Order: sequence, then structure tokens, then C-alpha cells
Amino acid sequence: MPLPRLIPCLDVARGRVVKGVRFEQLRDVGDPVELGAAYSDAGADELVFLDISATLNAQNAAVGVAARVAENVSIPFTFGGGIRSVDDARAVLEAGADKVSVNSAALARPQLVGELAERLGTQAVVVAIDAAGDRVRSHAATRDAERGVLEWAKECEERGAGELLVTSIDRDGTQSGYDLELLERIRDVVSLPIVASGGAGNARHVADALRVADAALLASILHADPARLASLRTELSDLGIPVRGAA
Amino acid sequence: MRFAICSYGAGNTRSVQLAFERLGLRADVVDDGDEILAADLAVLPGVGSAGSAMAGLRQRGLDEALRERATAERPILGICLGLQLALDKTEEDGGVEGLGLVPGRAVRLQTTRVPRIGWAPLDGGGETYWYAHSFVAETPAATATSEGLTAIVEHGSFTGVQFHPEKSGPVGARFLAARCLFLA
Repeated sequence: MPLPRLIPCLDVARGRVVKGVRFEQLRDVGDPVELGAAYSDAGADELVFLDISATLNAQNAAVGVAARVAENVSIPFTFGGGIRSVDDARAVLEAGADKVSVNSAALARPQLVGELAERLGTQAVVVAIDAAGDRVRSHAATRDAERGVLEWAKECEERGAGELLVTSIDRDGTQSGYDLELLERIRDVVSLPIVASGGAGNARHVADALRVADAALLASILHADPARLASLRTELSDLGIPVRGAA
Repeated sequence: MRFAICSYGAGNTRSVQLAFERLGLRADVVDDGDEILAADLAVLPGVGSAGSAMAGLRQRGLDEALRERATAERPILGICLGLQLALDKTEEDGGVEGLGLVPGRAVRLQTTRVPRIGWAPLDGGGETYWYAHSFVAETPAATATSEGLTAIVEHGSFTGVQFHPEKSGPVGARFLAARCLFLA
């Protein structure tokens, strides 16, 4: 197995990194390129940029951000938000992103997963699954997608997904730890790598998640502070989690 | 020095070009066989599936250009799928004939998680690079492994890497600088 991965997640709106509680009260916390590069220097294994702006121009903005990130950051990154077609995905990959993440668009039209995998390669296709209990949620977790989590995870794998980004909506923002049981159940029904998301409050939570999942998505725990990532890496190492050596 | 990155509809050419730019080296993204032949170093990047990638190479006549380069012992660097395409064949997409620059074949990974995505060190205490692949080369030309899997292949004037040096941070940049300046 490759080393467990630590993946800072940056929410982007209109070309800026923002922070907010459940998509409200968004606060500007910096430039995606500067923050991404700083996380890379602090030892991030990959980055995820999630465009949460719902404007019609979101797609153009996303390609612009992906291009600027690729010019300045030399570690892999995933781009999510507003990707609804092979053309949308191809544009951000050609700009230099390594993977795209799809969520509601895949739930609305599951064939999209297969189309992306066939045209862009399975390794480039991340399906983000927002789970509330056993149920999948869509549209930023505001709607019931009328699917069971395990059934959807298996379908994503069959259709050609290369990775699953699993967020526990129940834990998201609570800082009470990742939903390990959910992660274990999904891990047992697919052979895809799994990225754990939602609930990280301290290093022990991240360590516990990395014993089940292949990677941990880090959002609010980092407080948009690359120095926090560096200290988290040290704490994880002390907890027996092998982290990538400083470059 | 001229670096040419093969463009054939299946490569992350921009990422590779940017990695060269960060080293202060200019690399052109080209889809013309003559330009591939004229370069000091030809780079064959690759992400995606083998079947469509080989079709893309053939369609542009780049398969012949790369074979001609190999015969003339001019350096080629294959990255990820670019390494696997250089083999005789790959199991992917129901079986695809490769370029035949390197003896061997690509077989599906039998690891617990596929695709194999993430950072892993070379065996024997080597550097740690980033990988993203579902198939792996079985070849007598392997010169380095990672977790027992082929990581570097060297055969004649062809060098192939299963990892992505262009996405492996400063460690990857050092690899590219050392190998490419040496090869070209």
C-alpha cells in the first residue's frame, strides 16, 4: 500500500478560498494558489479544490483556478464542483488538474461516471459520496438522493470510479471524529481507495481514519493554516502513522 | 536543447510541460512525428486507458516516430501509461499491442486497492514518488521497484517510470532534472 495521504480541502468561490459554516457566512481566507502552495510546502500529499460558487460562470472560473494552481504547485490535485460533463472535466484536467470529483451530477446521471472513466481514465475520476446514516445525500447534502450508501459505492466502482471521497454528513463540522464504521463498511464492499472526510477534530481522529481509509481529507481542522498541517504530520508520526518524509 | 512532449489525446501534457518549465527548460508539446524525431529528448506522458492511447499514437503516426527513435538509440522518457505503452503488449482494454520498444507486458495490479494511488518509496531505500495506476509492467528491463512493482524501466535508449515525476514535488523535479539532462 502507498503511504496514507493527508489531503487539505480548499473551498473556492469566485476564484478565492472561502470558509463558512454550511455554505453561509462565507469569509475570504486567501488565494487558492498561495494557500495550495503553502500546504504543499507543509507536506500535503495531494490537494482538493472544491468550487462551491453556484454561478453560471463557475466552470470558467474553475478552469482558471486549476491552471494557476498547476503552474505553481507540483503535487497532485483534484478539482470538484460544477463538473457535469466529460468536456467540463477535460477542461480542468487539461489545465493541469489530476482528478475531478463529481457528486450530484453523478447521482442525477450515473452514466457520467462511466463516460469520465472511459475518456479520461479511471484514476482521474473521484466520486464524492455524502452519507447521512445509510442514505446518500445530494446537492450539497440538502436532498435525499434515494440511494443506499453501500449500493451507490458499489455502483460507482462498477461504472469506473477510481476513488471514493466519503463524507459523513452527521459528523461534518462536529470535530467528534470520522465515522469509522461507515468507512469500514464501504471499504469492505469496494476495492477502490477511500478518502475519509467529515468530523476531524484532532490528530487521533485522523490517525484512526487512516487505519481504515487510504487518505484523510482535512478541512476545518486546519483552520486554513499550513503550519497546522505541519504539526499534524508530526503528531500522526508520533501516533505510529507513517507520513511522507519532508521533501 | 530540445525537449518534445508527445501529444496524442491521452496525456497530461500540460503538467509535464510545467514541470520542465519549473526547471527552466523549454519543452514543446507536439503531435508531429518529425518533431518527435528531431528532439534531443522525446517524452511520452500518459494517463487514461491503453486502447485509446495507442489509437491516438497511431492516428498521428507517433508510434512509427517513437520506434524510429528507439532504433536510432535516441532517448525517450515514458511516464506512467507512457511506460506501459512502450512494452510489447498490455492486458488493459481486453489486450492491446504496445509499441514494442521494451520486452514485456503490462498486467492488472493484484494489490488490495486498485487503482494504486499515492506516494510510495522505491524499494531499497530510494526516493518517494507519487503513483496512480491500475496496471503494472512485467519486464526483464525493470531496474527499480516500489512495493515489489516495476517503478523504473531502462532498455536501450528508453527510460520509463511508473510514477509521476511531474507531480512528485521537489523530489520529482530532481529526478527530471537529473535524468533528462543526462539523457539528452
